[in-house]
Amino acid sequence: MKRPPTASELNLCLCHSCGLACDMTDEPHECPRCDAPLHRRKTNSLTRTWAYMLAALAFYVPANLLPVMNTVMLGNGADSTIMSGVLEFWEAGAWDIALIIFIASIAVPGVKFVALTLLLVTVQRNSDWARKERSKLYRFVELIGYWSMLDVLVVALVAALVKFQALGDIEPRPGILFFGLVVVFTMLAAMSFDPRLIWDKDTSDTISHAASPTTPATDDAAPEPTGA
Amino acid sequence: MVTTEHLIICEHCDCVYEKVVLAKHQKTLCVRCGGVLQRFNGLTIEQRLALTFTAAMLWLFANFYPVMSISLKGMKNSATLWDSVLALSQGPITFIAMVAAIAIIIAPAFQLVLLIWVLSFALGLRRAPGFNLCMRWLETLRPWSMLEVCLLGAMVAVFKLAGLLDVLPGIGLFALAVLSLMMIRIAGRDIRELWDIL
Repeated sequence: MKRPPTASELNLCLCHSCGLACDMTDEPHECPRCDAPLHRRKTNSLTRTWAYMLAALAFYVPANLLPVMNTVMLGNGADSTIMSGVLEFWEAGAWDIALIIFIASIAVPGVKFVALTLLLVTVQRNSDWARKERSKLYRFVELIGYWSMLDVLVVALVAALVKFQALGDIEPRPGILFFGLVVVFTMLAAMSFDPRLIWDKDTSDTISHAASPTTPATDDAAPEPTGA
Repeated sequence: MVTTEHLIICEHCDCVYEKVVLAKHQKTLCVRCGGVLQRFNGLTIEQRLALTFTAAMLWLFANFYPVMSISLKGMKNSATLWDSVLALSQGPITFIAMVAAIAIIIAPAFQLVLLIWVLSFALGLRRAPGFNLCMRWLETLRPWSMLEVCLLGAMVAVFKLAGLLDVLPGIGLFALAVLSLMMIRIAGRDIRELWDIL
């Protein structure tokens, strides 16, 4: 497969803030157009991603075990965790809402942990396995990133509304704090990962026209991924 | 120094391409990693500014009118976005109230203010004072602005409470619905085009 030249081969560097292709012959530290700091690769990408992800993983345990809210209805109080909230909807027959909460709160963080670990390990082993699919996986992780905030916002709204003292009262519980931290840290982890590392040790492809940038594929003219 | 403004680098795999002019509904993809390089931007500066003002009005409605109200045995209560942030701020979990406030109130507000500032000057084909800083903040804020998540959250909350008591969606919820969709359109990555125009 032929590919265009890379930025490092042309001694260029992408500015992550304004998207300018910066000329690196004078080794500038800042983008000449927008003054944002320039890095050929995100600094300490792998270490930082691991750190943020492990922190998120540590918070994921209390986030799921501790109650996220406390409901008092007509004198009877009960703590509920995220999973018990899902089950409540499920048993009441609202399987669609149960599914939304389950996907946003439990599946999305889980998928992010698995996907980021996979990306980190394959990059560290210089694997040349399914590069294109791994790129796609990273974009997917970025896309689903913040949807896990759903439960935090649901609890906030519900707790703000139901304030009828003894008749009915809903209060947030510490589980929601850990849950929010999981979301924030998984987002930071995804942001610190540099997807270009997936391609850095790529030697299989040949350069199409030596050192001259080509026009990209338009629309669905780009070749479909051929599988693993 | 060599001019590099006609070049575009794939942020996912570092491949270098030449920019192309796109027609409606077109986008360009990287041939190596399949990532999107450019998307057609159908908004002129005037249109984007007009939409931003509309969004700013909707932001006011979404924040000052209750998102929903409930009633239980004759007692009524309603909550705005700010009320729900406050509900999280009690006890040891204040940190998460801050995150929620940024995600659903502060980040969108800053995005709108920065857009109005930058676009108003862009109308006269001028760069606003502090243009660089404003544009960089618009990039930084984007991932932390979570209005569409908030909208889904509000809808889930309606269903969650509907079993226990009477729930009535408020003006805030409708404003939030439209606002969250508009933010995706006006504050997206394509504002980077201003760097090339101005």
